[in-house]
Amino acid sequence: MDYDGEGPRLPTARGPLSAAVGAYLLGTGPLPLPEEVAAATAYGDDLQLALYQCYELHYRGFAGVSPALEWDPGLLGTRAALEERFLAALRAGTTVHDSVEEAVGALLVEPVHGEGVSHFLRDEGELWQLREYAAQRSLYHLKEADPHAWVLPRLWGRAKAAMAAVEFDEYGGGRADRVHARLFADLMTDLGLDTTYGAHLDAASAECLVTVNMMSLFGLHRALRGALVGHFAAVEITSSPGSRRLAEAMRRTGAGPAAERFYDEHVEADAVHEQIVRHEVIDGLLEQEPHLAADVAFGVDATGHVEDLFGARLLADWRAGRSSLRVPLPAPLDRDSGISVIS
Amino acid sequence: MPNSPSDDARPPGAARRVKVQRRGPMLVEGPVEVELEDGTTVFSDRFQVALCTCRRSRRFPWCDTSHRARTAGPGDGAAGD
Repeated sequence: MDYDGEGPRLPTARGPLSAAVGAYLLGTGPLPLPEEVAAATAYGDDLQLALYQCYELHYRGFAGVSPALEWDPGLLGTRAALEERFLAALRAGTTVHDSVEEAVGALLVEPVHGEGVSHFLRDEGELWQLREYAAQRSLYHLKEADPHAWVLPRLWGRAKAAMAAVEFDEYGGGRADRVHARLFADLMTDLGLDTTYGAHLDAASAECLVTVNMMSLFGLHRALRGALVGHFAAVEITSSPGSRRLAEAMRRTGAGPAAERFYDEHVEADAVHEQIVRHEVIDGLLEQEPHLAADVAFGVDATGHVEDLFGARLLADWRAGRSSLRVPLPAPLDRDSGISVIS
Repeated sequence: MPNSPSDDARPPGAARRVKVQRRGPMLVEGPVEVELEDGTTVFSDRFQVALCTCRRSRRFPWCDTSHRARTAGPGDGAAGD
């Protein structure tokens, strides 16, 4: 069987589900049993890592794993069972506004005394905390905009044109050195972090995996296209002010020019993206498919739900003086010789 | 598209579209060069740019969402996308 020689290495298992999926990917063991899926905690490390492994086959795969397993019926069956648990937990855990207008409107006000992670990092974050934050966020930012690209074939007309325009901006407007994932790798280099795709998977908390898995879940299912659009809108709307606080954190700690640039760029870019996603993508989609309104609102509010969980976990660890990572980061790499791999 | 019909009463490419709203930035098709009060210019080649109209932006003339209403509650959100 052909397999990918290059690529991220498989992560260390976090329980029976992720161990079984990992073994199956290597051809050394069977898939997990339905009872094992039923017994796992939906937002827990084990189920989330098992799902992350399934999803990663759609992005970059893993070294030593056959790329053909992306469409392996057995593995897709396991993925569906994991997704069912995950989606049920998202629906149960999310308080959804009655309308898209209310869900979006709630994000268009800025708290005077914010208490979130970006406020913490701006006001008192230390360099080691910024490094941990970047390491965990790298699971998304090194494939920034990729989960959302899957929605493009599911849209048409105004919504498709606007979504494609925003994605084009995310992908650097045709310039490789401006691809947002590239800018994030540059930020990581400033912070002395390994920029290799997948390098920080073992370090990431379950709550971090939840945020990334939710994007993949919404992106890969046409049935959830409304939720994907709502999720994307929530990220774009909340990004500008959050990015400003993180840019201030990078400046205050002297993280470096590329670290500042990543968030400065997002302050401006996402102020534009917000307008386009609200007025063209959401309005365009709902004009064509008004029955998706509840799903759009769910996508908006589910994003707040999972971001709140991730933020609470980070702050709980940091306020207790603990690392938020499952495995410690190596000492900072030298800025000039740091590995930098984005292809 | 060079030969596409248009609903607009303008020849294609002859006019730059600007979108205004009472609350929020002015949206202008990029690329854009903006001349500031002191005569200096700033440039953006983004496909669309959001120009601040509330004068509160810390990245003036670009919108940074400072026009938004403020509330007393806590909150945060993802950053960077």
